[in-house]
Amino acid sequence: MNSAVSDNRLAVLDHSRQRAQAETSGRGHIRVQDVHIEFDHNGGKRAAVQNAQLEIKPGEFVCLLGPSGCGKSTLLNAIAGFVQPSRGSLSIDGLAVTEPGPDRGMVFQQHSLFPWKTVRDNVAFGPLMAGVGRNEAMSVARTFLSLVGLAAFEDAYPSTLSGGMQQRVGIARALANYPSVLLMDEPFGALDAQTRIMMQENLLQIWREFRNTLVFVTHDIDEAVFLSDRIVVMSASPGRIIADIKVALPRPREQSMLTSPEFIALKRQCMDLIRQETLCAFQQQNQVG
Amino acid sequence: MSVKQNLALQPAEAVSPALLAVPPSPSTGPSAPTPRRRRLPANFAHYLVRTGALVMAVLLWHLAASNDFNLLLNFENIPTPVVVGEALLVQLASQEFYLHIGYSLERIAIAYGMAVVLGVMLGVLMGRSRWAEDIILPYIELLRPIPAVAWIPLAILMLPSEQSSIIFITFLGALFPVVLNTVHGVEQTPDVLVRAARSLGASKRAILWHVVIPGAMPSIVAGLAIGMGVAWFSLLAGEIISGQYGIGYFTWTSYTLIQYPQIIIGMLTIGGLGTLCTLLVRKACTPLLRWQAKGGRP
Repeated sequence: MNSAVSDNRLAVLDHSRQRAQAETSGRGHIRVQDVHIEFDHNGGKRAAVQNAQLEIKPGEFVCLLGPSGCGKSTLLNAIAGFVQPSRGSLSIDGLAVTEPGPDRGMVFQQHSLFPWKTVRDNVAFGPLMAGVGRNEAMSVARTFLSLVGLAAFEDAYPSTLSGGMQQRVGIARALANYPSVLLMDEPFGALDAQTRIMMQENLLQIWREFRNTLVFVTHDIDEAVFLSDRIVVMSASPGRIIADIKVALPRPREQSMLTSPEFIALKRQCMDLIRQETLCAFQQQNQVG
Repeated sequence: MSVKQNLALQPAEAVSPALLAVPPSPSTGPSAPTPRRRRLPANFAHYLVRTGALVMAVLLWHLAASNDFNLLLNFENIPTPVVVGEALLVQLASQEFYLHIGYSLERIAIAYGMAVVLGVMLGVLMGRSRWAEDIILPYIELLRPIPAVAWIPLAILMLPSEQSSIIFITFLGALFPVVLNTVHGVEQTPDVLVRAARSLGASKRAILWHVVIPGAMPSIVAGLAIGMGVAWFSLLAGEIISGQYGIGYFTWTSYTLIQYPQIIIGMLTIGGLGTLCTLLVRKACTPLLRWQAKGGRP
């Protein structure tokens, strides 16, 4: 029932789907080469990411997985252009990343909607900044709001929506610029378990239509296995990439797969890696303390 | 569309009529009507208590003044509320009284308008630029504690007319709260919103206009309301010392002319006008803060 409703919704979006596919197909090739990222820390430098080497193909869904504080969000922020690496290079489709831009849509963990703008104005913000007319921006906004099932709430202010609805608006807002890359920083981390599963399925449906390159940061192993084509596992601080696991589960992904042997095997593999890293992180903290 | 908006924005209001439409059954009867029955009288009770508090003060004043109460506070020379009320009727019928009010309002309008424009501009500049803050903040810190009255000699020496001196003093009073609240609001801009705007392709100017200023608005509005209060405070100081018209002048002259009821009329007029102006500022700014969650006071 749920997917029938969504298909209907997506049929309305035929035009934007075509446009999105035209604009994003073959684009969004991310290359991270020998990237180091350092922060000032107590007068000295502290490495957040070390020797990151990563290539993400156009249209790929990659999860960055690791214990909290491992630098996975920092790496994502570097791809977004918010953080400059102190060494190494970052490029999208061969162009070096120097600053944030509308080609890389960003979805944050929470509280990232403009509270003083209505839901529609939030989503229309990107197109307006891109210089399209007000009327077109509004119609683009409505289109993407119906994509995430929130057309009825276009006049509401974000504070009146639930956390899950706010995140859906955040996704619509990031997509409204037709980005070739969608970067998501623990977007469902603050949601309850039931809402999170719904959001994951919703995201996969959207991604199936738009085929953006998707980089998704999470510390939730189930989430990483369920969503991605590849899981990039990062070590505890300083963050290094310690494993790159291919997820060969068939698509479309369904909830029933959560208990399949393949799923469990992948989950176990990730759990062992993460457990070691978390233990390492604990020891490091104890030594510091 | 409006129905949806109501549903989304005012869940409580949207739900309660539906509850009330259900015929009262033994189970829903006691609980369903409570929201309505309680809400209206609750507000009403608040105003009743507030009015009562004011009436109580007038009553105490009457008792103290008519009995020549003199212990710590001396009421022997204070007219009773009835005498003041009679004098007020006389004033309300005279043209000069309105001239005084008109002069004061004009000064407030000019001085406050300048303070708001300059104050918000300075505040945004200081909030966005470390340099600007380092240059301007020392002046503000140093000048802010100087009371309006202390500015009077310098204002008279430096400015061409009494009118401009009074306006200058009023302007200064309103300026500081507006600047400081604006700085505070601008500096509190959540970083995640700036990053969101940047990733959506916003320029620096667009970020200022769409993110920083709207985000600072609750703090700016608070500054505007405080600034209006201080503007009246400063205006009175200016009008008492110099000038030929104005409600402050009226009050002070009444003292020198031993017209005691007029002193009280002047004071109450100042209080009333100040409250009214602050209320107007808040009302005028309400549309700018419509987005704030229901239940929070705008």
